[in-house]
Amino acid sequence: MPLPPSPLVNIDNIESLGLTLPEFERIQHLLGRNPNWTELGIFSVMWSEHCSYKSSKVHLKNLPTEGPRVVQGPGENAGVVDIGDGKVAVFKIESHNHPSFVEPFQGAATGVGGILRDIFTMGARPIALLNSLRFGDPEEPRTRYLLRGVVNGISSYGNCVGVPNVGGEINFDFCYDNNNLVNVFCLGVADKDRIFLGNASGVGNSVLYVGSKTGRDGIHGASLLASSEFDETTEAKRPTVQVGDPFTEKLLIEACLEAMEHDWIVGIQDMGAAGLTSSSFEMADRSGTGVELDLSKVPMRETGMTPFEILLSESQERMLFVIEKGHEEEAKKIFEKWDLDAVVIGQVTDTGVMRMTMEGEEVVNLPIHAVVESAPQLVRPTKKPNYIEAVDTLNLNIIPDLERGEGILKLLLKSLNIADKSWAYKQYDHMVGINTLVMPGSDAAVIRVKETNKALAISVDCNSRYCHLNPFRGAQIAVAECFRNIACSGGVPIGLTNCLNFGNPEKPEIMWQFEQAVLGIGNVCNYFSVPVVSGNVSLYNETKGKSIYPTPVVAAVGLLEDQTKHCTQWFKNPGDHIALLGLTLEEIGGTDYLENYLDLCQGSVPALDIKYERMLHQLCVELIQNDLIQSAHDCSEGGLAVAIAESCFSGPNQTLGATIELKSSIRNDALMFGESQSRIVISYSPDKKEVIEERVNNAGIDFSSLGIVGGNDLTVQLNDKEFIKEKISTLEEAWREPLKRYGG
Amino acid sequence: MKCGIVVFPGSNCDRDSFHILKEILGLETEWIWHKENSLKKFDLIVLPGGFSYGDYLRPGAIAKFSPIMKSIMEYAENGGKLLGICNGFQILLECGLLPGVLMRNISHAFICDTVPVRLENDQTPFTSNSSKGSVLKLPIAHADGRYFADENTLKELEDNDQVVLRYCDSSGMVASENNPNGSLTNIAGIVNKSKTICGMMPHPERQADPAWPNVDGQVIFRSLIQSS
Repeated sequence: MPLPPSPLVNIDNIESLGLTLPEFERIQHLLGRNPNWTELGIFSVMWSEHCSYKSSKVHLKNLPTEGPRVVQGPGENAGVVDIGDGKVAVFKIESHNHPSFVEPFQGAATGVGGILRDIFTMGARPIALLNSLRFGDPEEPRTRYLLRGVVNGISSYGNCVGVPNVGGEINFDFCYDNNNLVNVFCLGVADKDRIFLGNASGVGNSVLYVGSKTGRDGIHGASLLASSEFDETTEAKRPTVQVGDPFTEKLLIEACLEAMEHDWIVGIQDMGAAGLTSSSFEMADRSGTGVELDLSKVPMRETGMTPFEILLSESQERMLFVIEKGHEEEAKKIFEKWDLDAVVIGQVTDTGVMRMTMEGEEVVNLPIHAVVESAPQLVRPTKKPNYIEAVDTLNLNIIPDLERGEGILKLLLKSLNIADKSWAYKQYDHMVGINTLVMPGSDAAVIRVKETNKALAISVDCNSRYCHLNPFRGAQIAVAECFRNIACSGGVPIGLTNCLNFGNPEKPEIMWQFEQAVLGIGNVCNYFSVPVVSGNVSLYNETKGKSIYPTPVVAAVGLLEDQTKHCTQWFKNPGDHIALLGLTLEEIGGTDYLENYLDLCQGSVPALDIKYERMLHQLCVELIQNDLIQSAHDCSEGGLAVAIAESCFSGPNQTLGATIELKSSIRNDALMFGESQSRIVISYSPDKKEVIEERVNNAGIDFSSLGIVGGNDLTVQLNDKEFIKEKISTLEEAWREPLKRYGG
Repeated sequence: MKCGIVVFPGSNCDRDSFHILKEILGLETEWIWHKENSLKKFDLIVLPGGFSYGDYLRPGAIAKFSPIMKSIMEYAENGGKLLGICNGFQILLECGLLPGVLMRNISHAFICDTVPVRLENDQTPFTSNSSKGSVLKLPIAHADGRYFADENTLKELEDNDQVVLRYCDSSGMVASENNPNGSLTNIAGIVNKSKTICGMMPHPERQADPAWPNVDGQVIFRSLIQSS
């Protein structure tokens, strides 16, 4: 059957593929001829912002990516960090923002599918998922639809494949009104000597297509959907969202891991964004080889698909393998066992050229290196936005201090950003695999590593309001808080991955935010000697010219050498003492208190002393490892009062009251609801008091005795005056109900 | 005691059951692949949790037709001990080895939680290591766990003492407030008339590893060891 004629390539239709005129001229120059329509399609996806990082690469170079534990840094499907005992942790976070706005259920589900494939592609069994979700104003009717769709999509996909969803964050802010964020993280564990990379080496080796058939779904997902702003035409882009099949994914996981027990696997890569195109080009480019593919052999879901459609399809649950020649039948046997399609579609050559045929006709003939590495690298202009100066001032004199605190505490506990998130995580199977030592609801999730005594702690963080007010410090704090959450669980961070969600990079103000945030992440990671081993950039998070707040989401993995020495955030025993590690300053800029009480997003972001922060973490881990404390909880959004309240009732088994007495010379609101960094609320048995105080003293960390666990109330005396007195059950209800009611 | 764990392509709690039986309890344990047509000799066969064949139609509906199920049916008819956990319970009902159906949770949402269940009958090989009325805290994780049966079937279950687990509060009181999924009379697990086949929605294998302080799930496996 002859192929249908392709559209002619001309200046009028290059833009429909998302390419610019200078880019088209660059292609003409590289090839010395005009590309045909299919080739142009390949350039459009490979040079898209999503695949080429053309705006961000120049800044990402500022991140530290090396360290003694790093086995694989950025550039592969996921980062790999050595955890000892012959094991490695493999992890990455990735965005699926645009698809999840257009079609929340499938967008979120396939986001989970994609990140899982990035992990098992490397030879690791996925053992934990986390996510960071951001939605618009809860009052907007569409927000609830999006929240339900996204949570349902994550739940249905993760539960079916049997990888536990162990934590994350859900945040609401009007800045995400027409641009929700869905960032998904996955962690896997592999044997250090069984890591697989996306290589296509060895002339004559076979290229094997494995998994679902190729359909017309997801065409242009990377180039048009993920690399442009939203506008009135967005709804029409729904067909560019892929459809997920978690059952096939489960088969792929098992079959791939089984195949990987053999030595004839040369390389493997997931057909993710830009599908067969990016996987084949990138694998060949890494090995400096060429590839010949016969597109007629690609398993297809529908008839009449053109080479253009086959190459740009983002149908899910597909993998590309390169296997040693002569082992094709062995490989097919494994995939047949799992009822998966496995077809040899081509060979590795030494030409450095990608040559593709369809029905015997040559449809693509492109120099691989030129396609992969010649995407324009842009140094986009940056400019500090005008708003920054305006929001940086806050006159405390016009804000009267608080006389009583119950009302504000309840207001904060009820706010959806602080309220209990169990409505969401109870819809996720967070226990399958029986490794979840610390379930969702504490500062970090803790996952044991079977066959070792170790465990891994994971936290995902970003306060985008801070990043809006001060992108550099906001990003610093995102990393510091993430590491603090890991310290509160007993872990030491060993690697970080980030998902940088920003607006339109063509605007200098957005690029400035981006540049500052990357510098902020790099600054803290450098100081803590934690490498950034993988990541993802999501730009064009704008609708009708309105950008989201800069949202550099970071996820860190921490190591616990002894899995039994993990800690949780909730109080354990009546009679235990409560204390604060760290110093509270008179700062309320950018707080949830200001936002919820006075509707103000203003002021200086809390100060951060990274040297002090690191000393605090070392102390906290030391106290946990020596069994000196019963609980440790990071003070973050909502400040000290919220941290204490959460410690009272966030545990799975019981609710305990607390009696707090404090003396201080700073404002009441700053003391109780300010968000000074580098603070941890701990509780401990009274007989440990002296040894704890001695260790705190030696560590050079500030220590304030706060009070005692127990009773049915939370009472707080400030400078001998009652500031809060409320039934703990009332506070708990205020915290437990809102999201349940909202999500329905 | 020799145990077999059936692996359907979409099973995802198979490895967890294997870990508990083999690594924690030290029992001889083997995998049984769903495409096999015959069975070796086993003292216990576990149908594990998961999404056997994707369960896009109805949980367990396709598993009923898998090659291995013929041999499993024969094994069960000959009095072999069979434990179906979660999806395994759903499959047992689809095959008619146990009476009743499991419908979508009353909340229409997937529920993952740890809940108290009351042991209703200690005279079965699955529960003999505990006593009637004791309360176990066990994890649940399902979207379709709402047990239902017609009036006659329910009466028969009650008359024959076939209900083994009921959702309750931490003191053991069975009431509608502590029914997580809307199951008829809070039923969480049942056995057949001859007490050789047991299906339950809770996951005892998730609460049986001493890495966690609660090992209530061991009751089920220790009972099976005791009665073997």
